[in-house]
Amino acid sequence: MTFNTQNNFDKANRFLIALRHCQVLGMTVQEAGDDTLVMVLPPNDNYIGNSTHGFIHSGAVTTLMDTACGTVVFMTLDGFELCPTLDLRVDHMRPAPVGSTLYGCARATRISDSVVFADCDVYMSEQCDADSLVARCRASFMRIGAEKSRSEFIDAIDKHGRGGAA
Amino acid sequence: MSHPMSSLVEQLHDAVPYAKFLNVGITQDEQGWVFVLPESADNIGNPVLPAIHGGVIAGFLELSASIELLLQDRARPIPKVIDFSLDYLRAAHLEDTFARCEVLRQGNRVVNVGVRAWQSDPKRPICSARVHFLWEQAPS
Repeated sequence: MTFNTQNNFDKANRFLIALRHCQVLGMTVQEAGDDTLVMVLPPNDNYIGNSTHGFIHSGAVTTLMDTACGTVVFMTLDGFELCPTLDLRVDHMRPAPVGSTLYGCARATRISDSVVFADCDVYMSEQCDADSLVARCRASFMRIGAEKSRSEFIDAIDKHGRGGAA
Repeated sequence: MSHPMSSLVEQLHDAVPYAKFLNVGITQDEQGWVFVLPESADNIGNPVLPAIHGGVIAGFLELSASIELLLQDRARPIPKVIDFSLDYLRAAHLEDTFARCEVLRQGNRVVNVGVRAWQSDPKRPICSARVHFLWEQAPS
């Protein structure tokens, strides 16, 4: 792992750890690149969308994609800049059976002065086989600037990173 | 107001464990069904504001749209989301969140549902969404 990807992995991890709902869901960052990451949603019976058929609810898949896009944006931008989500567009391609581990592969596709675009594909296999594609998401985020982002939240993420030995 | 709905909510939570996980409730007013995502610390994204995680709001709105359809025709299977588009309008604070749905077009197999969410003031929506569902006919 290069210095940069290790740094990015730590930064993405710190951000994710600060999001309580994602801790409840047990989400983790599996790997990080320059502007990409893989986020994992482990199996959990709470996400069942349909007791009769046993598929993961689309809402849980959307939560994974929303989080993966938000995290990859935070990770890719210099410093500690928070960007509120403007919108999400989601295609649910095939249902994921309960018990599947889901892998969200996210990328920050374009960073402009005002807006950041990101996307995320969710697979049932770690190898991201095309035939295990569950859902695809495109999201845009508003840049409010590093100054306005400075908050107790950022301080918490920052402190956690410096304090944590990982 | 919540009491007459409790058996309906129980049925929903039995059929859809994810609705139980988010503890989604159902109420009704003169304009129709109103779905409720009760305040819960477990739903927090940004812990400092504190704000509800955007993904929870998204899941709640997808769920609300499908419950609206199920309440319309309880004999049909649970609708499947094809695609979903969500605009975040304001931060979702840590308080009860409400959603109202409107079925804009119902075809033989595909249904288009609009959803709007708000918190303390219905005139200040926090989110607006549109969902396409594949909704098979009831087995004959």
